[in-house]
Amino acid sequence: MAVQGAVASRSGLRSALPLLAPAYLWLTVAIFLPLSAMVFFSFMTDLPLSGKAWAFTLGNYAAFFSQSLYLTLLLASLRLGLEVTLWCIVIGYPAAYVLAKVLKGRSREAIFLLVILPFWSNGLVRIFSWAMVLREGGILDTALNAVLPFKINIDLMYSYPAVIIGLVHSYVPYMVLTCYLTLQAIDDSLIEAGRSLGATRLQVLKRVIIPLSMPGLVAGAALIFVPVVGSFMEPRILGGRTGTFYGTVIEDQFVAVFNWPLGAALSFILLAVVLVILAIASPVLRRAT
Amino acid sequence: MAGVQVSNVSRSFGAHKALDDVSIDFADGGFYALLGPSGSGKTTLLRQIAGFDFPDSGRISIGGESVERVPVEKRRIGMVFQNYALFPNMSVADNVAFGLSVRGEAKVVIATEVQRALDLVQLGTLGARRPHQLSGGQRQRVALARAIVTKPRVLLLDEPLGALDKALRVDMQIELKRIQREIGITTIFVTHDQEEALTMSDRVGILRDGRLVQEGPPEEIYDRPKTEFAATFLGDANIFRGDSTGNGIRLPDGTAIEAGAGPTLAAGAKASCAVRPERIGIATDTGAPDTTNDNVLKGQVSKRIFAGNNSTYFVERAGQTLKVIVQNTGADRLAEGQEVVLRWSPESTVLLPAG
Ligand SMILES: Nc1ncnc2c1ncn2[C@@H]1O[C@H](COP(=O)(O)OP(=O)(O)O)[C@@H](O)[C@H]1O
Ligand SMILES: [Mg+2]
Repeated sequence: MAVQGAVASRSGLRSALPLLAPAYLWLTVAIFLPLSAMVFFSFMTDLPLSGKAWAFTLGNYAAFFSQSLYLTLLLASLRLGLEVTLWCIVIGYPAAYVLAKVLKGRSREAIFLLVILPFWSNGLVRIFSWAMVLREGGILDTALNAVLPFKINIDLMYSYPAVIIGLVHSYVPYMVLTCYLTLQAIDDSLIEAGRSLGATRLQVLKRVIIPLSMPGLVAGAALIFVPVVGSFMEPRILGGRTGTFYGTVIEDQFVAVFNWPLGAALSFILLAVVLVILAIASPVLRRAT
Repeated sequence: MAGVQVSNVSRSFGAHKALDDVSIDFADGGFYALLGPSGSGKTTLLRQIAGFDFPDSGRISIGGESVERVPVEKRRIGMVFQNYALFPNMSVADNVAFGLSVRGEAKVVIATEVQRALDLVQLGTLGARRPHQLSGGQRQRVALARAIVTKPRVLLLDEPLGALDKALRVDMQIELKRIQREIGITTIFVTHDQEEALTMSDRVGILRDGRLVQEGPPEEIYDRPKTEFAATFLGDANIFRGDSTGNGIRLPDGTAIEAGAGPTLAAGAKASCAVRPERIGIATDTGAPDTTNDNVLKGQVSKRIFAGNNSTYFVERAGQTLKVIVQNTGADRLAEGQEVVLRWSPESTVLLPAG
């Protein structure tokens, strides 16, 4: 049985090879080549492009360990990633649940569109819109003061919450989509079976629906956590002076300081840390699902 | 345990009346089959009793307690779904334990009750398996164990055997009946399989387009159907249509058919008669005059299907094909094309209002 399966899949692979070739070629050109160039850069003293002399060094990686600033920023970025992921779960999961299990037909399509909309809008437009909402004298400030009888000052601009708000808004669609897909696949009769056995809606949610939608939650969390840890646009624009994170430092190396080797080295350290975190988390999560 | 009363329940979806003024009394401890074609409202009725859906009007009571507005989790019912609806994230034992566990029972109590329920459905050793490691019949048993372990007042089953193949279905019918007798639980069983309804239940209710057509013991419905629909849906029947003569009908060609059962209908009204295929005697036409008061028709055998213990003859008569089932007694068999006389007693004939 198992042997048969292996043979079948091997011959299947051979016939699929011509079909897979373009995809692999594309992966090689688009990802593997630039990435290996970056690995190469990360071990250099300087860029070879500028005509200056260069040599191999481990100094770029050593820099991370010699200055505590990088570690501090990495920890801050990991915390940012964790918080944004949690907020995305808190907001995205209930939204996905309502979409998958409560709404039907037209209203489902309409709400779905609203959730996906941030996906389709330009990232910068999105962030600057938030800037207009959050700054002092901005839309939120004006609106609240128009409603409330007393004077309050809302100025969330250039603050940690502003960064969180911007990032959550950008990434929550991932959580909604992945959770929607797993929730959609859960048969409604499971919910009914749970309730017929005397479980309240909340008990059914806790014991049946959340465990069964774990794969979606995990996929969404991974899709969000990884890019948020390395994010720089939202922290820079919405965070201002408070918005210095690991990602913004990497960006600086590439666009401001032109120290590509250091930027590349910092990126690969981040990649390694993220991979380690995912490796540690995966057996725990596999048991949970 | 408790009886269930459904009184004048109606439920519409938009303009469509899924249930139209349905009243049924489900006796305590009885086994009740709800039978009807697809879309006749069987599931809708079961969902009203379970509490997944609420009626627009009418009353439902379980054990004398009015429950129309009580949500499903408070009704203390057990339900078995057509697709089993086992929780794939739990072991068999945890599935069965679910109802006790949400109720907050002690762990030792849960363990013994779960084991007892699994033993009852003869799956005592499979508690550690996951649902996907079981066969269809085994999943069905787990679903049943899970539904009865909480000691519900009534057991509801929505076409529970529909997904099983024929041989397994017969096994499960016997098994289900045994378990139902053993715990004596009021059981309401939805099916579109008339044989299943006949063999398993104490009483049958036939639904059509959201209305209860007839209900009663299976023998009564089979022997004394009240409508053409009930006669043809539960079992096979030959239907003759004509004008009422008061105690029978006159066919368009003038032949009279006398009926020993059914309502008294005004003479001249449109009416029909139903006769079961196994009640009709068939013999070669000898031309001898009839001296009994039996109903007699002449026809020609168009087809014979031999099925071992019996044979089915299709007989053409005045543009109508009649069906006759004869037990295999070793007597001479009739050939296709042969002229025959059909003969049956008025007591085997049921008069029905037209329609
Ligand atoms: N939730 C619903 N919304 C709209 N129509 C429904 C709903 N449930 C059932 N119906 C309709 O009610 C009728 C009876 O359905 P159902 O009770 O499922 O029939 P059965 O179980 O006898 O096959 C069908 O015409 C079906 O389309
Ligand atoms: Mg149904």
